[in-house]
Amino acid sequence: MVTLNHYLILAAILFCIGFYGAVAKKNAVAVLMGIELMLNSVNINLVAFNRFLNPGEMTGHIFALMVIVVAAAEVAVGLALILNIYRQRLTTDVNDLDWLKW
Amino acid sequence: MVSPLVFWIVAGITIIAALAVVNLTNLIHSALWLIVAFVGVAITYLILEAEFLAAVQIIVYAGAIAILIVFGVMLTRRGDIRESNLFNNYRLAGGLISLGLMATIVTMVVKTQWAIDVAAVPANSVGLLAQNLLGQFVIPFEIAAMLLLVALVGAIIIAKEVRD
Amino acid sequence: MEQYLALGIFLVVALVFGVVVLVVAGLVRPKKPSPEKLSTYECGLETQGPTWVQFKISYFMYALVFLIFDVETIFLYPWAVQFQKFGIFAFVEMIIFIGILVVGLWYAWKEGALEWL
Repeated sequence: MVTLNHYLILAAILFCIGFYGAVAKKNAVAVLMGIELMLNSVNINLVAFNRFLNPGEMTGHIFALMVIVVAAAEVAVGLALILNIYRQRLTTDVNDLDWLKW
Repeated sequence: MVSPLVFWIVAGITIIAALAVVNLTNLIHSALWLIVAFVGVAITYLILEAEFLAAVQIIVYAGAIAILIVFGVMLTRRGDIRESNLFNNYRLAGGLISLGLMATIVTMVVKTQWAIDVAAVPANSVGLLAQNLLGQFVIPFEIAAMLLLVALVGAIIIAKEVRD
Repeated sequence: MEQYLALGIFLVVALVFGVVVLVVAGLVRPKKPSPEKLSTYECGLETQGPTWVQFKISYFMYALVFLIFDVETIFLYPWAVQFQKFGIFAFVEMIIFIGILVVGLWYAWKEGALEWL
């Protein structure tokens, strides 16, 4: 029997792996990948809550759809920023992005 | 009801793929493992009887976002690709914090008493989704269009300088 | 969920088939390597320099426009499923939705994001 707790723990593990990737990686594209993993785990949470706590309505699914839209917008703008930074600095290393630091 | 074995296999594959995304040093390999993780999440949606979201997950994440990320990797490549995805100085701190976060979330999840509703999923779930989306949630629906428009225009403006 | 059982069986059979064919071919084939055989292209030019070359920005522009309109289609599908039951109101809502995104397409066209140069 797979209960709600199993899905929530799976989502928690995925979220923490994504967080680790987003915090500990040098390459900005890898940071974006970590953020995508985090958004996915949030979606698993929303769909699991919808399935187990209120299966008669689709509110959780609509939330998940909105998260997917935001993730698409985020990855489009994020990658465009990374490409522009790469053109100016020839680097995607987040340690080198320190122009605001004196 | 799905056999728990299927869930465990899918969850294991998804977690292994996510660990590979974070731990491999070749950025292209990370991007390909990311697709495996996305498909694993899509199968999790199938087990949760959310067929439409499973299709959306594969179409948008595995089909479009992963491709965009691969193009992003290809366009920003410099130096040896095999050493392109290294850890920064926060590896130990980040790992400890994420382990602590995981322990906290798991403890809270296990300790909470959920009000489980055992009702079945409605048969025409996509139709119900459309009724909600175009009825109660019509403002978020139109704002999603605005968000996509702004993201498209913004990304083109930012990336256009790269070409000139 | 039972209707996905056939899909799962097909998936497993496809994976097993690929592995079995490759392993059997590797076991029974003769191994006589020669420099000519091991070259990347038997007839054709050898690649010069590293093959992990940089791509053009046009790839990114195409993928960007594709991603945005891919996300649009996921909203079109549930609307189309329920179209017969909805009145004119839902139709107008979807026209507004598509209209907003057509502005984005017009902008991408104007800025040359759809051109391959």
